[in-house]
Amino acid sequence: MAEKNIKITIDGATVKVPPGTTIMEAAEQLGIRIPRLCYHPGLSLEGACRVCIVEVKGMPFFMASCSVKVWDGMEVQTNSPEIRQARRDIVELLLDNHPKECQTCERDGNCELQNLAYTMGVRERYFEGKRKDLPEDDTSAAVVRTPEKCILCGRCFRVCSEIQGVNNLSQHHRGFNTVVGPANLINMDDSVCIQCGQCINVCPTAAFLEKRHTDDVWKALADPKKHVVVQTAPSIRAAIGEGFDMPPGTPATGKMITALRRLGFDAVFDTNFGADMTIVEEAHELVQRLKNNGPLPLLTSCSPGWINFMEKFFPELIPNASTCKSPMGMLSTLAKTYYAQKKGLDPKDIYMVGVMPCVAKKYEARRPEHMMADGRPYTDAVLTTREMIWMIKCYGIDFINLSNGEFDLPLGFSTGAADLFGTTGGVMEAALRTASEWITGESVDKLEFTEVRAVEGLRESTVQIGDYTLNVAVANGLINAKTILERVISGEKQYHLIEIMACPGGCIGGGGQPYPPKGMKVLDPALLRLRAKALYTIDENKQLRRSHENLMITQLYEDFLGEIGGQKAHDLLHTHYHARLPRGIL
Amino acid sequence: MTVLTDNRAQIIEISKKALPEHIVAFIEKCRQEPEPESQLIAVLHMVQAHFGYLGKDQMKAVAHLLRVPKAKVTGVATFYHFFRLEPRGKILINVCLGTACYVKGAEKIAQRLKDELGIGFGETSKDGMFTLENSRCLGTCGLAPVIMVNDEVIGPLAPDEVPMILERYIKKAKAEAEKSSPQ
Repeated sequence: MAEKNIKITIDGATVKVPPGTTIMEAAEQLGIRIPRLCYHPGLSLEGACRVCIVEVKGMPFFMASCSVKVWDGMEVQTNSPEIRQARRDIVELLLDNHPKECQTCERDGNCELQNLAYTMGVRERYFEGKRKDLPEDDTSAAVVRTPEKCILCGRCFRVCSEIQGVNNLSQHHRGFNTVVGPANLINMDDSVCIQCGQCINVCPTAAFLEKRHTDDVWKALADPKKHVVVQTAPSIRAAIGEGFDMPPGTPATGKMITALRRLGFDAVFDTNFGADMTIVEEAHELVQRLKNNGPLPLLTSCSPGWINFMEKFFPELIPNASTCKSPMGMLSTLAKTYYAQKKGLDPKDIYMVGVMPCVAKKYEARRPEHMMADGRPYTDAVLTTREMIWMIKCYGIDFINLSNGEFDLPLGFSTGAADLFGTTGGVMEAALRTASEWITGESVDKLEFTEVRAVEGLRESTVQIGDYTLNVAVANGLINAKTILERVISGEKQYHLIEIMACPGGCIGGGGQPYPPKGMKVLDPALLRLRAKALYTIDENKQLRRSHENLMITQLYEDFLGEIGGQKAHDLLHTHYHARLPRGIL
Repeated sequence: MTVLTDNRAQIIEISKKALPEHIVAFIEKCRQEPEPESQLIAVLHMVQAHFGYLGKDQMKAVAHLLRVPKAKVTGVATFYHFFRLEPRGKILINVCLGTACYVKGAEKIAQRLKDELGIGFGETSKDGMFTLENSRCLGTCGLAPVIMVNDEVIGPLAPDEVPMILERYIKKAKAEAEKSSPQ
């Protein structure tokens, strides 16, 4: 029998809620939104900031509504001059130990602390005292840590531990001297950080940000000698509109292309082409491994956050990882070889920019394995979706009212399978669409593998393809990947193909995606579903929906690469991994 | 080209070498029980008892063997006042700065100690001989102003007596070192 609901009174109104409900949750049912800061619905309770305090009748002090559970007959007051004053004082005290640089800060306009200070009515600063003075850490190729701007809400280390299982961040020292950082407060570059950027997404201020590449891109765009090429990842089109107040889940492919042309890019390519290429090479790899008895399971390799995680936490599984470069890596390589050759361009004059939902891609682009023979990178700069949105705004482009543009050929043509890469389960589905035809040697009607769809963290399924019964698994959020991989290592279950994306929901929830629109939170499954739906809709509306049916790819193999999985394809489109230190602790 | 694809065994071996056998054995025992991470503070106490402080290599080794993330280990170690992160000198001098000692001129004693040793509170002299600390009250207010040198309470004392006391302890330490070194 279910436990009886509890009756409580909030601001004079009565509400019945199940036992275990917090005051904050109960208030929401009455349409009362108690101000908050450290609270995040996707993470454990911290109760650190005290902004959500309320008055409970009979209690001698204000209580944090995020963490106090209701009891029968509880009488709560969420508003009174004293409570508002206390909340304002709390926010003021936070501001007192925070740099006064709002106008020059990257989070200006979308900072939760700034917004809260405004809402609470902080119009003057009464408290002035000692302020922490800590250096910025920009050693990482992807994530910049600015502890001076940290307000100790604890979201970053909660997401790092609870969602990603990386545990790179922790509070060190105490009281006024508390600092959040990696073990021993070493540099981010020397830490176990896997550069997924989820700390950036959940940070209410600018204590964590991506390494900025916009300056380099502006410079290249202004250089008449450079042939500046851009590619956009599958998930960008599903999220970029949010930056211009379009409803979440609105596909904005055409406007995005037009905006990029206006910015002055000489060619606008689609990472989707690289995604189709990845499937062709990876499905080939899967078929080979099935025929040659392994090594299985094959682990996907598109997500650079996951690759970092594997190299630091699960290096023993490196032989299982697909050697395919990521779609961005493949497209950049082809742009500076195949495309350069076709266009009669010197690869040195091509400047390749990737627009990615991801900050780990900034690191991937700098990996020695992704350099040309002369030591230059195939991908010169990586912009996050956020950086791209900012550039478009900076340039004065009226995004919403743009007409629809088309990607350039040949590296801008893609099938529906490629669009799915932007969401969890998408690489799996795309791989199954191609592998099912290659394994059976005949055309297969089944297109949609809905059993691997959903934004939840972990899914397993069994797929029958010809004579093969394939155990497949899909994980997003590395804590879920860890669960699956431990099963692989213990031999508890035999899998054939595992798709892993580091970020919750896959690339649509990537560390470089726009800060969520009003009323939504990072990691919000509702937001992730909307972005995923945009990609599924794009896929449905395409004529060609299997990667190997991409005509431009057929042409590419005929003209340039030779055989699928052949020597040239291997030299250009595949990579390798190695165990990296410091070794992570699971 | 050989690519290193597993380093677990190597890391466990290095970790074991960084700690004395009895601590490794204790951690292994903890690993057999539920929630081994709850023993983290106990393990850190053992490490400090053995080495006199928590070194970076030792903390890393504890993390790997107990399987607690490194950031958690160093977070705990830096939180508690009791844990020392720097090696301690052979002789620990603790100056009482409690009310009674303070009004009797403890500050001047502290200053004299800092001048003579060339270090501040929480620091260790370059030769590794002295570490200077302070505390709020040693519970011997009748002897104010007092200092504690290792386990010995000395007071009341005047700033000018400081050099003599230091000299005495240096001699004592040297004599002990000669006695323990082989002839």
